[in-house]
Amino acid sequence: MAKVRLARGNTACAYGALQAGCRFYAGYPITPSSEVAEEMASLLPRVGGVFVQMEDEMASLAACIGASLGGLRAMTATSGPGFTLMQEQLGYAALAEIPCVVVDVMRLGPSTGLPTAPAQGDVCQARWGSHGDYPMLVLSPAGVQEVFELTGRAFELADRYRTPVVVLYDEVIGHMMEPARLPSVAELAVVGTWRRPSPPVQEPYSPYAHTDGIPVPLVHFGDGVPYHVTGLVHDESGFPTTDPQAVGEMLWRLNRKLPESPAEDLEPEMYATEDAETVVVAYGISARAARAAVKLARSEGLRVGLVRPRVLWPFPRSLLEELARRVHAFVVAEMNFGQWGREVERVVCRWAEVHFVQRVDGTPLDPEAILEGIAEASRGAGSPAVAGRKA
Amino acid sequence: MIPDVRAYLREGRMPHILCPGCGHGIVLGALLRALRGLQIPRQCLAVVAGIGCSSRLAGYVDACTLHTTHGRALAFATGLKLSRPELTVVVLTGDGDGLSIGGNHLIHAARRNVDLTCVLFNNAVYGMTGGQVAPTTRPGWIASTAPRGHLESALDGCALAQAAGATFVARGMAYDPLGLETLFREALGHRGFSYVEVLTDCPVYFGRYNRLGEGPELLWSQKARFTEVGRMLAEKRFVIPDGSGPPGYVEGLRFGVLHRSQRPEFTEVCWSAAKRAGGR
Repeated sequence: MAKVRLARGNTACAYGALQAGCRFYAGYPITPSSEVAEEMASLLPRVGGVFVQMEDEMASLAACIGASLGGLRAMTATSGPGFTLMQEQLGYAALAEIPCVVVDVMRLGPSTGLPTAPAQGDVCQARWGSHGDYPMLVLSPAGVQEVFELTGRAFELADRYRTPVVVLYDEVIGHMMEPARLPSVAELAVVGTWRRPSPPVQEPYSPYAHTDGIPVPLVHFGDGVPYHVTGLVHDESGFPTTDPQAVGEMLWRLNRKLPESPAEDLEPEMYATEDAETVVVAYGISARAARAAVKLARSEGLRVGLVRPRVLWPFPRSLLEELARRVHAFVVAEMNFGQWGREVERVVCRWAEVHFVQRVDGTPLDPEAILEGIAEASRGAGSPAVAGRKA
Repeated sequence: MIPDVRAYLREGRMPHILCPGCGHGIVLGALLRALRGLQIPRQCLAVVAGIGCSSRLAGYVDACTLHTTHGRALAFATGLKLSRPELTVVVLTGDGDGLSIGGNHLIHAARRNVDLTCVLFNNAVYGMTGGQVAPTTRPGWIASTAPRGHLESALDGCALAQAAGATFVARGMAYDPLGLETLFREALGHRGFSYVEVLTDCPVYFGRYNRLGEGPELLWSQKARFTEVGRMLAEKRFVIPDGSGPPGYVEGLRFGVLHRSQRPEFTEVCWSAAKRAGGR
């Protein structure tokens, strides 16, 4: 039976993956994500799966893609520097359309940065880290229970859209302990060595036929139909092409296959936005400080709400546009210098003011800093509030 | 009579991209004959490749073929083999792909003793990018990035693979397709990580820059340069058993089966660990 117990985010992540049927993990140790690997090393064999510590992060994601082609749900976990090394294989998985899940527990960058300190500095790397244009699905949990749930959903979405999915959270969420309802190992082991079923198909089979959205289901290597997978741009047959029309068609399909809202129940959480004049936008750990700030502002009589996206990419453009038409100002609170905020500004600036509350010093945002931003936005002050500069 | 390997080829993908005189086709032919000889069904065969001329060969094999990123083929193959231990997994890689950018993956695939057959095409040059030096280019040889002769020493891939723990190590050459076929057969039949390095030729860059002639001349120069092997071929000794061949190889390269040993195989170790831990 699933029981409520005290668990840290990285533990919940491993349980969420196993509950979703993940039976392969390949990774490379890095702070602050290593506990995910340690949990998987301990639990995977017990539920009929395989864990392997690879020689580096390129190899880790490569092994996951290989295992996924064989039908196992596969995952790796890392942090900023390792995530940078994974971009090569992330782009490959996006173009070759092989499902896999990458967990990035963010620490402060750039470079080695502050390995043990939280940040939200990988938001743009998660979207644009590899070269070229490709679709990207990035989930942002804000607590331990949600890490469990969204990691599980990541596998389902990766399979449905045949694309890599990134679960993005920061060091605080990875390491903090909260009550969470997690399954027991016995429950996880019931399923055993689970594989995605290969649909029955006939030769010639190609997983790259054009569809209007959801790609054709993947037949796994070894399930009877040989086919070709390549990181070269390919046509519907899966073989490389340089024909401009075929190249264009493939890349159009690829870049349009993810809908703005990839799952109806993963729309942004709206808190107290009905009558709001000012709306705070925050995700992950920052959203928790933002919620406290909104409550404080409400107690002072300010009409403030909160939008908390759980899917960072694709960007919830329509929802924010619609909201922008009826509010006065947005306050984007994040632990970076505007990686998601700039996108908010780009989308809503025709209708509403945008203020920024940013902290990049290795500590999480606190409600007071966000409250200050709310107050400034409510006064209609022109200059944006930047907490990081004041610290 | 040469056996027909067309059942293993995607004939519809022809003509291939290789240059006239390139030795890679000879190597692929030998590999396909070995696969046919072992009667490995193409549905149970996965060919994983990296980036470069040799890696493009995967697309011409009618099997489950995975053309990956530069240097990472062995890592993709490790995941695939762990996921599907019943597949025969062959990795095609070049000397730049497998020994330079992918050198670390070669070391660790050998160390783990994953049941893969790694075929490394050694033509001492980066062909696809226009003739730059490779880690196998020897001092003094000319390349587009070594116009006055290469200043560095060359890497011996077989010695590296053996030191890293490969349980089957062999070297053959495109000049000797029959010997090569025998090596591939033994490598495919070996349980564990097998590494077969094949000397092949690039007339378009390596041959032209070093004034060694076209494809046929380069193949003959393989024979001429490796005189000991030439003598072996004359004596119809295609494979040196267990690396015990005669000493004195020119340029320090040895041919035939250089190393053979037995160690627990990685996929078996992993899945039996899962069984012991109670997983089903």
